[in-house]
Amino acid sequence: MEVFVISLLNGLVYGMLLFMLASGLTLIFSMMGVLNFAHASIYMLGAYFAYQVSVFLGFFPALIIAPILCGLIGAAIEVWGLRRVHHNGHIAELLFTFGLVFIIGRAVQMTWGMLPMPYRVPAILDFPLFSLYGANFPAYRAFMLLVSAGMLASTWLLLTKTRVGLIIQASLTHPGMVGALGHNVPVVFTTVFAGGCLLAGLAGVIGGNYQTTEPGMAEAMGPIVFVVVVFGGLGSLAGCFIASIIMGMIQTFAVVIDYSLADIVKPLGIVFSGDNLLTEILTVPVARIGALLPFVMMVAILFFRPRGLMGTRDT
Amino acid sequence: MLQVRDLHAYYGQSHILHGVHIEVNEGEIVSLLGRNGVGRSTTCKAIMGLVDPVGQVIYKGKDLAGLRTDLVARAGIGYVPEDRQVFPTLTVRQNLELGLKRANKFGRWTFDDVFRLFPNLAARQNNPAGVLSGGEQQMLTMCRTLMGDPDLILIDEPTEGLAPLLVEQVGVLLAEIASRGVAILLVEQKLTIALKISHRLYVMGHGQIVFEGTPADLAANPQVRQEWLEV
Repeated sequence: MEVFVISLLNGLVYGMLLFMLASGLTLIFSMMGVLNFAHASIYMLGAYFAYQVSVFLGFFPALIIAPILCGLIGAAIEVWGLRRVHHNGHIAELLFTFGLVFIIGRAVQMTWGMLPMPYRVPAILDFPLFSLYGANFPAYRAFMLLVSAGMLASTWLLLTKTRVGLIIQASLTHPGMVGALGHNVPVVFTTVFAGGCLLAGLAGVIGGNYQTTEPGMAEAMGPIVFVVVVFGGLGSLAGCFIASIIMGMIQTFAVVIDYSLADIVKPLGIVFSGDNLLTEILTVPVARIGALLPFVMMVAILFFRPRGLMGTRDT
Repeated sequence: MLQVRDLHAYYGQSHILHGVHIEVNEGEIVSLLGRNGVGRSTTCKAIMGLVDPVGQVIYKGKDLAGLRTDLVARAGIGYVPEDRQVFPTLTVRQNLELGLKRANKFGRWTFDDVFRLFPNLAARQNNPAGVLSGGEQQMLTMCRTLMGDPDLILIDEPTEGLAPLLVEQVGVLLAEIASRGVAILLVEQKLTIALKISHRLYVMGHGQIVFEGTPADLAANPQVRQEWLEV
Protein backbone atom coordinates (compact mmCIF):
# COMPACT_ATOMS: atom_id res chain seq x y z
CA MET A 1 0.00 0.00 0.00
CA GLU A 2 2.70 2.49 0.99
CA VAL A 3 4.58 1.59 -2.18
CA PHE A 4 1.44 2.32 -4.17
CA VAL A 5 0.79 5.77 -2.66
CA ILE A 6 4.41 6.87 -2.83
CA SER A 7 4.71 5.59 -6.40
CA LEU A 8 1.55 7.43 -7.31
CA LEU A 9 3.00 10.67 -5.98
CA ASN A 10 6.36 10.05 -7.64
CA GLY A 11 4.61 9.25 -10.91
CA LEU A 12 2.71 12.51 -10.65
CA VAL A 13 5.93 14.48 -9.99
CA TYR A 14 7.68 12.88 -12.93
CA GLY A 15 4.60 13.21 -15.14
CA MET A 16 4.31 16.92 -14.43
CA LEU A 17 8.01 17.36 -15.19
CA LEU A 18 7.46 15.57 -18.50
CA PHE A 19 4.47 17.76 -19.22
CA MET A 20 6.48 20.93 -18.69
CA LEU A 21 8.86 19.74 -21.38
CA ALA A 22 6.32 18.16 -23.68
CA SER A 23 3.83 21.04 -23.64
CA GLY A 24 6.40 23.42 -25.10
CA LEU A 25 7.46 20.85 -27.65
CA THR A 26 3.93 20.05 -28.76
CA LEU A 27 3.06 23.75 -29.15
CA ILE A 28 6.15 24.28 -31.30
CA PHE A 29 5.53 21.07 -33.22
CA SER A 30 1.90 21.78 -34.03
CA MET A 31 2.45 25.42 -34.95
CA MET A 32 5.60 25.20 -37.02
CA GLY A 33 5.57 21.55 -38.03
CA VAL A 34 9.11 21.28 -36.65
CA LEU A 35 10.03 18.51 -34.28
CA ASN A 36 12.55 20.45 -32.21
CA PHE A 37 15.24 17.87 -31.45
CA ALA A 38 17.05 20.41 -29.29
CA HIS A 39 14.18 20.76 -26.84
CA ALA A 40 15.73 18.39 -24.31
CA SER A 41 19.05 20.19 -24.78
CA ILE A 42 17.38 23.39 -23.57
CA TYR A 43 16.17 21.37 -20.58
CA MET A 44 19.78 20.43 -19.89
CA LEU A 45 20.88 24.06 -20.26
CA GLY A 46 18.21 25.02 -17.73
CA ALA A 47 19.74 22.64 -15.20
CA TYR A 48 23.31 23.85 -15.80
CA PHE A 49 22.29 27.51 -15.71
CA ALA A 50 20.39 26.86 -12.50
CA TYR A 51 23.46 25.24 -10.95
CA GLN A 52 25.71 28.12 -12.02
CA VAL A 53 23.34 30.84 -10.84
CA SER A 54 22.65 29.03 -7.57
CA VAL A 55 26.40 28.95 -6.85
CA PHE A 56 26.41 32.76 -6.82
CA LEU A 57 22.89 33.78 -5.86
CA GLY A 58 21.21 30.72 -4.42
CA PHE A 59 18.47 28.42 -5.67
CA PHE A 60 15.45 30.72 -5.70
CA PRO A 61 16.94 33.45 -7.91
CA ALA A 62 18.08 30.62 -10.19
CA LEU A 63 14.49 29.42 -10.40
CA ILE A 64 13.65 32.72 -12.10
CA ILE A 65 16.85 33.57 -13.96
CA ALA A 66 17.66 30.21 -15.60
CA PRO A 67 14.30 29.79 -17.39
CA ILE A 68 14.48 33.38 -18.65
CA LEU A 69 17.96 32.72 -20.05
CA CYS A 70 16.60 29.61 -21.78
CA GLY A 71 13.69 31.61 -23.18
CA LEU A 72 16.09 34.20 -24.59
CA ILE A 73 18.22 31.48 -26.16
CA GLY A 74 15.03 30.01 -27.65
CA ALA A 75 14.06 33.37 -29.14
CA ALA A 76 17.55 33.76 -30.62
CA ILE A 77 17.42 30.26 -32.12
CA GLU A 78 14.07 31.03 -33.75
CA VAL A 79 14.90 34.49 -35.08
CA TRP A 80 18.45 33.88 -36.30
CA GLY A 81 18.27 30.19 -37.02
CA LEU A 82 14.96 28.51 -37.73
CA ARG A 83 13.41 31.45 -39.55
CA ARG A 84 16.26 31.49 -42.07
CA VAL A 85 16.22 27.75 -42.56
CA HIS A 86 12.41 27.71 -42.80
CA HIS A 87 12.37 28.57 -46.53
CA ASN A 88 14.20 25.35 -47.31
CA GLY A 89 11.50 23.15 -45.85
CA HIS A 90 10.97 20.90 -42.88
CA ILE A 91 13.93 18.59 -43.52
CA ALA A 92 16.30 21.53 -43.29
CA GLU A 93 14.66 22.68 -40.06
CA LEU A 94 14.86 19.18 -38.63
CA LEU A 95 18.56 18.89 -39.47
CA PHE A 96 19.13 22.35 -38.01
CA THR A 97 17.65 21.42 -34.64
CA PHE A 98 19.53 18.11 -34.82
CA GLY A 99 22.76 20.06 -35.24
CA LEU A 100 21.86 22.22 -32.27
CA VAL A 101 21.72 19.12 -30.08
CA PHE A 102 25.41 18.47 -30.74
CA ILE A 103 26.43 22.12 -30.46
CA ILE A 104 24.68 22.55 -27.11
CA GLY A 105 25.90 19.16 -25.90
CA ARG A 106 29.52 19.97 -26.75
CA ALA A 107 29.28 23.48 -25.39
CA VAL A 108 28.01 22.12 -22.09
CA GLN A 109 30.84 19.55 -21.93
CA MET A 110 33.47 22.17 -22.75
CA THR A 111 32.14 24.60 -20.16
CA TRP A 112 31.28 22.31 -17.28
CA GLY A 113 33.13 19.08 -18.04
CA MET A 114 31.95 15.50 -18.27
CA LEU A 115 31.28 14.90 -14.56
CA PRO A 116 27.91 15.40 -12.87
CA MET A 117 27.49 18.82 -11.25
CA PRO A 118 27.05 19.12 -7.48
CA TYR A 119 23.63 20.72 -8.09
CA ARG A 120 21.62 19.80 -5.02
CA VAL A 121 18.21 20.31 -3.57
CA PRO A 122 18.29 23.59 -1.54
CA ALA A 123 18.73 22.97 2.18
CA ILE A 124 15.49 24.73 3.02
CA LEU A 125 13.52 22.13 1.03
CA ASP A 126 15.67 19.15 1.92
CA PHE A 127 13.53 17.34 4.49
CA PRO A 128 10.92 14.62 4.41
CA LEU A 129 7.51 16.28 4.11
CA PHE A 130 5.60 13.34 5.54
CA SER A 131 6.05 9.65 5.84
CA LEU A 132 3.57 6.97 4.96
CA TYR A 133 3.97 3.59 6.62
CA GLY A 134 7.65 4.34 6.99
CA ALA A 135 8.29 5.59 3.44
CA ASN A 136 9.33 9.23 3.16
CA PHE A 137 8.05 11.77 0.66
CA PRO A 138 10.66 14.54 0.27
CA ALA A 139 9.49 18.13 0.53
CA TYR A 140 11.34 19.00 -2.66
CA ARG A 141 9.06 16.74 -4.70
CA ALA A 142 6.06 18.54 -3.29
CA PHE A 143 7.75 21.78 -4.28
CA MET A 144 8.24 20.42 -7.81
CA LEU A 145 4.55 19.58 -7.96
CA LEU A 146 3.69 23.08 -6.78
CA VAL A 147 5.93 24.76 -9.38
CA SER A 148 4.70 22.61 -12.25
CA ALA A 149 1.05 22.97 -11.26
CA GLY A 150 1.50 26.74 -11.02
CA MET A 151 3.16 26.79 -14.44
CA LEU A 152 0.41 24.63 -15.90
CA ALA A 153 -2.29 26.92 -14.53
CA SER A 154 -0.63 30.10 -15.77
CA THR A 155 0.05 28.64 -19.21
CA TRP A 156 -3.57 27.57 -19.44
CA LEU A 157 -4.83 30.99 -18.37
CA LEU A 158 -2.50 32.69 -20.83
CA LEU A 159 -3.65 30.50 -23.71
CA THR A 160 -7.38 30.63 -23.05
CA LYS A 161 -8.03 33.98 -21.40
CA THR A 162 -5.74 36.45 -23.14
CA ARG A 163 -5.82 37.83 -26.64
CA VAL A 164 -2.24 36.71 -27.28
CA GLY A 165 -3.26 33.21 -26.19
CA LEU A 166 -6.19 33.20 -28.60
CA ILE A 167 -3.92 34.29 -31.43
CA ILE A 168 -1.50 31.48 -30.52
CA GLN A 169 -4.34 28.93 -30.48
CA ALA A 170 -5.58 30.12 -33.86
CA SER A 171 -2.05 30.00 -35.30
CA LEU A 172 -1.74 26.36 -34.26
CA THR A 173 -4.16 25.40 -37.00
CA HIS A 174 -4.46 28.34 -39.41
CA PRO A 175 -1.30 30.50 -39.40
CA GLY A 176 -2.05 31.90 -42.87
CA MET A 177 -5.49 33.10 -41.86
CA VAL A 178 -4.17 34.66 -38.66
CA GLY A 179 -1.73 36.66 -40.78
CA ALA A 180 -4.50 37.69 -43.18
CA LEU A 181 -6.38 39.17 -40.22
CA GLY A 182 -3.42 41.46 -39.57
CA HIS A 183 -1.57 39.63 -36.82
CA ASN A 184 2.19 39.32 -37.01
CA VAL A 185 2.62 35.55 -37.26
CA PRO A 186 6.46 35.48 -37.15
CA VAL A 187 6.33 37.27 -33.79
CA VAL A 188 3.77 34.71 -32.60
CA PHE A 189 6.14 31.93 -33.69
CA THR A 190 9.06 33.50 -31.82
CA THR A 191 6.93 33.97 -28.71
CA VAL A 192 5.82 30.35 -28.73
CA PHE A 193 9.32 29.05 -29.36
CA ALA A 194 10.76 31.22 -26.59
CA GLY A 195 7.89 30.26 -24.27
CA GLY A 196 8.45 26.56 -24.96
CA CYS A 197 12.16 26.94 -24.22
CA LEU A 198 11.33 28.86 -21.02
CA LEU A 199 9.19 25.95 -19.86
CA ALA A 200 11.95 23.48 -20.79
CA GLY A 201 14.42 25.61 -18.85
CA LEU A 202 12.16 25.65 -15.81
CA ALA A 203 11.82 21.88 -16.05
CA GLY A 204 15.62 21.75 -16.10
CA VAL A 205 15.89 23.89 -12.97
CA ILE A 206 13.61 21.67 -10.91
CA GLY A 207 14.57 18.44 -12.67
CA GLY A 208 18.34 18.97 -12.54
CA ASN A 209 18.62 18.37 -8.81
CA TYR A 210 15.79 15.81 -8.76
CA GLN A 211 17.73 13.68 -11.21
CA THR A 212 21.39 14.49 -11.96
CA THR A 213 22.83 17.43 -13.85
CA GLU A 214 25.27 15.81 -16.27
CA PRO A 215 25.98 15.97 -20.02
CA GLY A 216 23.91 12.88 -20.75
CA MET A 217 20.67 14.25 -19.31
CA ALA A 218 19.42 15.62 -22.65
CA GLU A 219 19.79 12.27 -24.37
CA ALA A 220 18.10 10.56 -21.44
CA MET A 221 15.09 12.88 -21.46
CA GLY A 222 14.69 13.60 -25.18
CA PRO A 223 13.23 10.29 -26.40
CA ILE A 224 10.69 10.11 -23.56
CA VAL A 225 9.44 13.60 -24.36
CA PHE A 226 9.01 12.70 -28.04
CA VAL A 227 7.06 9.63 -27.02
CA VAL A 228 4.78 11.83 -24.90
CA VAL A 229 4.18 14.26 -27.76
CA VAL A 230 3.37 11.51 -30.25
CA PHE A 231 1.27 9.59 -27.75
CA GLY A 232 -0.74 12.62 -26.66
CA GLY A 233 -1.38 13.76 -30.21
CA LEU A 234 -0.29 16.80 -32.16
CA GLY A 235 -1.92 20.09 -31.39
CA SER A 236 -3.59 18.96 -28.19
CA LEU A 237 -2.31 20.18 -24.85
CA ALA A 238 -4.93 18.10 -23.05
CA GLY A 239 -3.74 14.95 -24.80
CA CYS A 240 -0.17 15.92 -24.03
CA PHE A 241 -1.06 16.31 -20.35
CA ILE A 242 -2.75 12.92 -20.13
CA ALA A 243 0.14 11.27 -21.97
CA SER A 244 2.67 12.91 -19.64
CA ILE A 245 0.91 11.66 -16.53
CA ILE A 246 0.47 8.15 -18.01
CA MET A 247 4.16 8.00 -18.91
CA GLY A 248 5.15 9.28 -15.48
CA MET A 249 3.03 6.62 -13.83
CA ILE A 250 4.27 3.83 -16.10
CA GLN A 251 7.88 4.71 -15.47
CA THR A 252 7.55 4.84 -11.70
CA PHE A 253 5.20 1.90 -11.28
CA ALA A 254 7.07 -0.37 -13.68
CA VAL A 255 10.14 -0.09 -11.45
CA VAL A 256 8.32 -1.45 -8.42
CA ILE A 257 6.32 -4.20 -10.09
CA ASP A 258 8.19 -7.41 -9.57
CA TYR A 259 5.79 -9.61 -11.51
CA SER A 260 6.30 -11.07 -14.93
CA LEU A 261 3.81 -12.19 -17.58
CA ALA A 262 4.29 -15.75 -16.43
CA ASP A 263 3.16 -14.79 -12.93
CA ILE A 264 -0.14 -13.43 -14.29
CA VAL A 265 -1.13 -16.70 -15.90
CA LYS A 266 0.15 -18.85 -13.03
CA PRO A 267 -3.18 -18.80 -11.11
CA LEU A 268 -4.81 -20.23 -14.23
CA GLY A 269 -2.71 -23.29 -13.84
CA ILE A 270 -0.43 -22.51 -16.76
CA VAL A 271 3.18 -22.89 -15.79
CA PHE A 272 6.09 -22.22 -18.09
CA SER A 273 9.31 -23.97 -17.45
CA GLY A 274 12.28 -25.26 -19.28
CA ASP A 275 15.14 -23.58 -21.05
CA ASN A 276 13.49 -22.05 -24.09
CA LEU A 277 13.08 -18.51 -25.47
CA LEU A 278 9.35 -18.23 -24.68
CA THR A 279 9.86 -19.04 -21.03
CA GLU A 280 12.69 -16.56 -20.80
CA ILE A 281 10.62 -13.74 -22.29
CA LEU A 282 7.59 -14.46 -20.15
CA THR A 283 9.49 -14.65 -16.90
CA VAL A 284 11.23 -11.28 -17.23
CA PRO A 285 9.86 -9.10 -14.41
CA VAL A 286 8.16 -5.85 -15.49
CA ALA A 287 10.70 -3.89 -13.43
CA ARG A 288 13.44 -4.91 -15.84
CA ILE A 289 11.64 -3.79 -19.00
CA GLY A 290 10.15 -0.64 -17.46
CA ALA A 291 12.36 1.65 -19.51
CA LEU A 292 11.14 -0.05 -22.67
CA LEU A 293 7.41 0.33 -21.99
CA PRO A 294 6.93 3.94 -23.21
CA PHE A 295 8.41 3.06 -26.59
CA VAL A 296 6.28 -0.07 -26.86
CA MET A 297 3.28 2.15 -26.20
CA MET A 298 4.36 4.65 -28.85
CA VAL A 299 4.66 1.90 -31.43
CA ALA A 300 1.26 0.59 -30.39
CA ILE A 301 -0.41 3.98 -30.71
CA LEU A 302 1.19 4.64 -34.09
CA PHE A 303 -0.28 1.34 -35.24
CA PHE A 304 -3.79 1.75 -33.92
CA ARG A 305 -4.38 5.48 -33.57
CA PRO A 306 -1.79 7.45 -35.57
CA ARG A 307 -3.10 10.82 -34.46
CA GLY A 308 -2.41 10.08 -30.80
CA LEU A 309 -4.82 10.19 -27.88
CA MET A 310 -6.44 13.53 -28.69
CA GLY A 311 -4.51 14.77 -31.69
CA THR A 312 -6.10 16.84 -34.42
CA ARG A 313 -4.02 15.40 -37.26
CA ASP A 314 -1.83 12.44 -38.12
CA THR A 315 1.74 12.40 -36.91
CA MET B 1 -7.99 52.13 -55.09
CA LEU B 2 -6.47 48.77 -56.05
CA GLN B 3 -4.51 48.30 -59.22
CA VAL B 4 -3.07 44.89 -59.89
CA ARG B 5 -0.60 45.10 -62.75
CA ASP B 6 1.07 42.27 -64.62
CA LEU B 7 0.74 39.88 -61.68
CA HIS B 8 2.48 36.53 -61.95
CA ALA B 9 2.52 33.73 -59.40
CA TYR B 10 4.09 30.31 -59.19
CA TYR B 11 3.55 27.14 -57.19
CA GLY B 12 6.99 25.58 -57.27
CA GLN B 13 7.72 25.00 -60.95
CA SER B 14 4.25 25.67 -62.28
CA HIS B 15 3.36 29.11 -63.54
CA ILE B 16 -0.19 29.87 -62.33
CA LEU B 17 -0.81 33.56 -63.04
CA HIS B 18 0.34 34.96 -66.38
CA GLY B 19 0.17 38.73 -66.01
CA VAL B 20 -3.17 39.52 -64.38
CA HIS B 21 -4.55 43.09 -64.54
CA ILE B 22 -7.36 44.06 -62.20
CA GLU B 23 -8.66 47.38 -60.99
CA VAL B 24 -11.08 48.10 -58.15
CA ASN B 25 -12.26 51.63 -57.37
CA GLU B 26 -13.47 53.04 -54.04
CA GLY B 27 -16.79 51.52 -52.99
CA GLU B 28 -17.03 49.41 -56.13
CA ILE B 29 -18.20 45.80 -56.32
CA VAL B 30 -16.09 43.89 -58.81
CA SER B 31 -16.46 40.20 -59.57
CA LEU B 32 -13.73 37.85 -60.69
CA LEU B 33 -15.33 34.94 -62.53
CA GLY B 34 -14.06 31.79 -64.13
CA ARG B 35 -13.97 28.05 -63.88
CA ASN B 36 -12.15 26.10 -61.18
CA GLY B 37 -8.38 26.14 -61.44
CA VAL B 38 -8.00 29.21 -63.65
CA GLY B 39 -6.17 31.17 -60.93
CA ARG B 40 -8.91 33.24 -59.25
CA SER B 41 -8.03 32.10 -55.72
CA THR B 42 -4.33 32.37 -56.46
CA THR B 43 -4.92 35.98 -57.53
CA CYS B 44 -6.42 36.73 -54.10
CA LYS B 45 -3.61 34.91 -52.32
CA ALA B 46 -0.97 36.73 -54.33
CA ILE B 47 -2.57 40.08 -53.48
CA MET B 48 -2.54 39.11 -49.80
CA GLY B 49 1.06 37.87 -49.93
CA LEU B 50 -0.01 34.32 -49.03
CA VAL B 51 1.56 33.28 -52.34
CA ASP B 52 4.69 35.16 -53.47
CA PRO B 53 3.55 37.72 -56.03
CA VAL B 54 5.63 38.88 -58.99
CA GLY B 55 4.36 42.17 -60.39
CA GLN B 56 2.63 45.17 -58.87
CA VAL B 57 -0.18 45.31 -56.32
CA ILE B 58 -0.80 49.03 -55.91
CA TYR B 59 -3.18 49.89 -53.11
CA LYS B 60 -3.94 53.53 -52.29
CA GLY B 61 -0.81 54.52 -54.19
CA LYS B 62 1.58 52.09 -52.48
CA ASP B 63 2.98 48.89 -53.95
CA LEU B 64 2.15 46.07 -51.53
CA ALA B 65 3.65 43.25 -53.61
CA GLY B 66 6.09 41.22 -51.51
CA LEU B 67 4.93 42.60 -48.16
CA ARG B 68 4.20 40.20 -45.33
CA THR B 69 0.54 39.15 -45.18
CA ASP B 70 -0.27 40.93 -41.92
CA LEU B 71 1.09 44.22 -43.32
CA VAL B 72 -1.10 43.87 -46.41
CA ALA B 73 -4.06 43.32 -44.06
CA ARG B 74 -3.09 46.32 -41.97
CA ALA B 75 -2.90 48.46 -45.11
CA GLY B 76 -6.67 47.90 -45.27
CA ILE B 77 -7.32 44.82 -47.41
CA GLY B 78 -9.50 42.09 -45.88
CA TYR B 79 -9.50 38.50 -47.10
CA VAL B 80 -12.10 35.76 -46.79
CA PRO B 81 -10.63 32.45 -48.02
CA GLU B 82 -12.72 29.92 -49.92
CA ASP B 83 -12.16 27.16 -47.38
CA ARG B 84 -13.57 29.39 -44.59
CA GLN B 85 -10.86 28.65 -42.06
CA VAL B 86 -12.78 29.44 -38.89
CA PHE B 87 -10.66 28.76 -35.80
CA PRO B 88 -12.52 25.61 -34.75
CA THR B 89 -11.56 25.44 -31.07
CA LEU B 90 -12.28 29.11 -30.36
CA THR B 91 -15.79 30.34 -29.71
CA VAL B 92 -17.77 32.34 -32.26
CA ARG B 93 -17.17 35.50 -30.26
CA GLN B 94 -13.43 34.79 -29.92
CA ASN B 95 -13.23 34.28 -33.68
CA LEU B 96 -14.77 37.71 -34.16
CA GLU B 97 -12.42 39.21 -31.56
CA LEU B 98 -9.41 37.99 -33.51
CA GLY B 99 -10.80 39.83 -36.52
CA LEU B 100 -10.09 43.06 -34.67
CA LYS B 101 -6.59 44.28 -35.43
CA ARG B 102 -6.31 45.65 -31.90
CA ALA B 103 -8.33 44.73 -28.82
CA ASN B 104 -11.56 46.73 -28.51
CA LYS B 105 -10.74 48.96 -31.44
CA PHE B 106 -13.86 48.99 -33.62
CA GLY B 107 -14.28 50.56 -37.04
CA ARG B 108 -17.36 50.36 -39.23
CA TRP B 109 -18.39 47.05 -37.67
CA THR B 110 -19.22 46.04 -34.11
CA PHE B 111 -20.34 42.83 -32.44
CA ASP B 112 -23.88 44.23 -32.40
CA ASP B 113 -23.86 44.69 -36.19
CA VAL B 114 -22.82 41.09 -36.72
CA PHE B 115 -25.32 39.70 -34.23
CA ARG B 116 -28.14 41.82 -35.64
CA LEU B 117 -27.39 40.62 -39.19
CA PHE B 118 -27.01 36.99 -38.12
CA PRO B 119 -29.06 36.10 -35.04
CA ASN B 120 -27.78 32.52 -35.38
CA LEU B 121 -24.27 33.65 -34.60
CA ALA B 122 -25.54 35.63 -31.61
CA ALA B 123 -27.27 32.58 -30.23
CA ARG B 124 -24.09 30.55 -30.58
CA GLN B 125 -21.53 33.15 -29.66
CA ASN B 126 -20.13 31.02 -26.84
CA ASN B 127 -20.03 27.78 -28.83
CA PRO B 128 -16.85 26.57 -30.53
CA ALA B 129 -16.88 27.70 -34.15
CA GLY B 130 -16.04 24.18 -35.27
CA VAL B 131 -19.57 22.97 -34.52
CA LEU B 132 -21.33 25.58 -36.70
CA SER B 133 -22.99 24.56 -39.95
CA GLY B 134 -21.24 25.33 -43.22
CA GLY B 135 -23.44 28.35 -43.84
CA GLU B 136 -22.89 29.75 -40.36
CA GLN B 137 -19.15 29.25 -40.73
CA GLN B 138 -19.27 31.19 -44.00
CA MET B 139 -21.07 34.12 -42.36
CA LEU B 140 -18.64 33.97 -39.43
CA THR B 141 -15.53 34.14 -41.64
CA MET B 142 -16.90 37.11 -43.54
CA CYS B 143 -17.89 38.91 -40.35
CA ARG B 144 -14.55 38.09 -38.73
CA THR B 145 -12.71 39.79 -41.58
CA LEU B 146 -15.12 42.75 -41.45
CA MET B 147 -14.31 43.30 -37.75
CA GLY B 148 -10.83 44.37 -38.90
CA ASP B 149 -12.53 47.24 -40.78
CA PRO B 150 -11.01 46.76 -44.25
CA ASP B 151 -11.63 49.36 -46.98
CA LEU B 152 -11.44 46.61 -49.58
CA ILE B 153 -12.45 43.02 -49.02
CA LEU B 154 -11.52 40.02 -51.18
CA ILE B 155 -14.15 37.30 -50.83
CA ASP B 156 -13.38 33.93 -52.35
CA GLU B 157 -16.43 31.84 -53.37
CA PRO B 158 -18.72 32.72 -50.46
CA THR B 159 -21.68 30.81 -51.90
CA GLU B 160 -19.88 27.57 -52.68
CA GLY B 161 -21.84 24.61 -51.35
CA LEU B 162 -24.54 26.74 -49.73
CA ALA B 163 -28.30 26.20 -49.96
CA PRO B 164 -30.23 28.83 -52.00
CA LEU B 165 -31.60 30.48 -48.87
CA LEU B 166 -28.09 30.95 -47.50
CA VAL B 167 -26.86 32.23 -50.86
CA GLU B 168 -29.49 34.92 -50.48
CA GLN B 169 -28.11 35.76 -47.00
CA VAL B 170 -24.65 36.14 -48.48
CA GLY B 171 -26.16 38.53 -51.00
CA VAL B 172 -27.73 40.58 -48.19
CA LEU B 173 -24.40 40.77 -46.38
CA LEU B 174 -22.59 41.83 -49.56
CA ALA B 175 -25.12 44.62 -50.03
CA GLU B 176 -24.61 45.68 -46.41
CA ILE B 177 -20.83 45.73 -46.91
CA ALA B 178 -21.16 47.87 -50.02
CA SER B 179 -23.59 50.24 -48.31
CA ARG B 180 -20.90 51.03 -45.73
CA GLY B 181 -18.52 52.12 -48.47
CA VAL B 182 -16.32 49.03 -48.50
CA ALA B 183 -15.10 47.96 -51.94
CA ILE B 184 -15.54 44.27 -52.78
CA LEU B 185 -13.58 41.96 -55.04
CA LEU B 186 -15.85 38.94 -55.27
CA VAL B 187 -14.54 35.64 -56.62
CA GLU B 188 -17.36 33.48 -57.97
CA GLN B 189 -17.97 30.59 -60.24
CA LYS B 190 -21.72 30.94 -60.53
CA LEU B 191 -23.18 34.05 -62.12
CA THR B 192 -26.28 34.35 -59.89
CA ILE B 193 -25.09 36.89 -57.34
CA ALA B 194 -22.29 38.37 -59.39
CA LEU B 195 -24.48 39.55 -62.26
CA LYS B 196 -26.97 41.09 -59.84
CA ILE B 197 -24.71 43.14 -57.62
CA SER B 198 -21.45 43.80 -59.49
CA HIS B 199 -20.56 47.12 -61.07
CA ARG B 200 -17.92 45.46 -63.21
CA LEU B 201 -16.77 41.92 -63.95
CA TYR B 202 -13.58 40.18 -64.94
CA VAL B 203 -13.50 36.70 -66.41
CA MET B 204 -10.34 34.63 -65.99
CA GLY B 205 -9.04 31.76 -68.08
CA HIS B 206 -5.67 30.01 -67.93
CA GLY B 207 -4.18 32.49 -65.47
CA GLN B 208 -5.14 35.57 -67.45
CA ILE B 209 -8.01 38.04 -67.69
CA VAL B 210 -9.95 37.12 -70.82
CA PHE B 211 -12.91 39.51 -70.46
CA GLU B 212 -13.61 42.78 -68.72
CA GLY B 213 -16.88 44.71 -68.67
CA THR B 214 -20.22 45.42 -67.01
CA PRO B 215 -22.80 42.73 -66.24
CA ALA B 216 -24.74 43.99 -69.27
CA ASP B 217 -21.68 43.52 -71.47
CA LEU B 218 -21.31 39.95 -70.28
CA ALA B 219 -25.01 39.25 -70.77
CA ALA B 220 -24.66 40.47 -74.35
CA ASN B 221 -21.66 38.27 -75.01
CA PRO B 222 -22.69 34.60 -75.17
CA GLN B 223 -19.37 33.63 -76.72
CA VAL B 224 -17.36 34.59 -73.61
CA ARG B 225 -19.90 32.89 -71.37
CA GLN B 226 -19.74 29.73 -73.40
CA GLU B 227 -15.99 29.60 -73.75
CA TRP B 228 -14.92 30.59 -70.25
CA LEU B 229 -17.83 30.18 -67.85
CA GLU B 230 -20.40 27.58 -68.73
CA VAL B 231 -19.53 24.05 -67.79
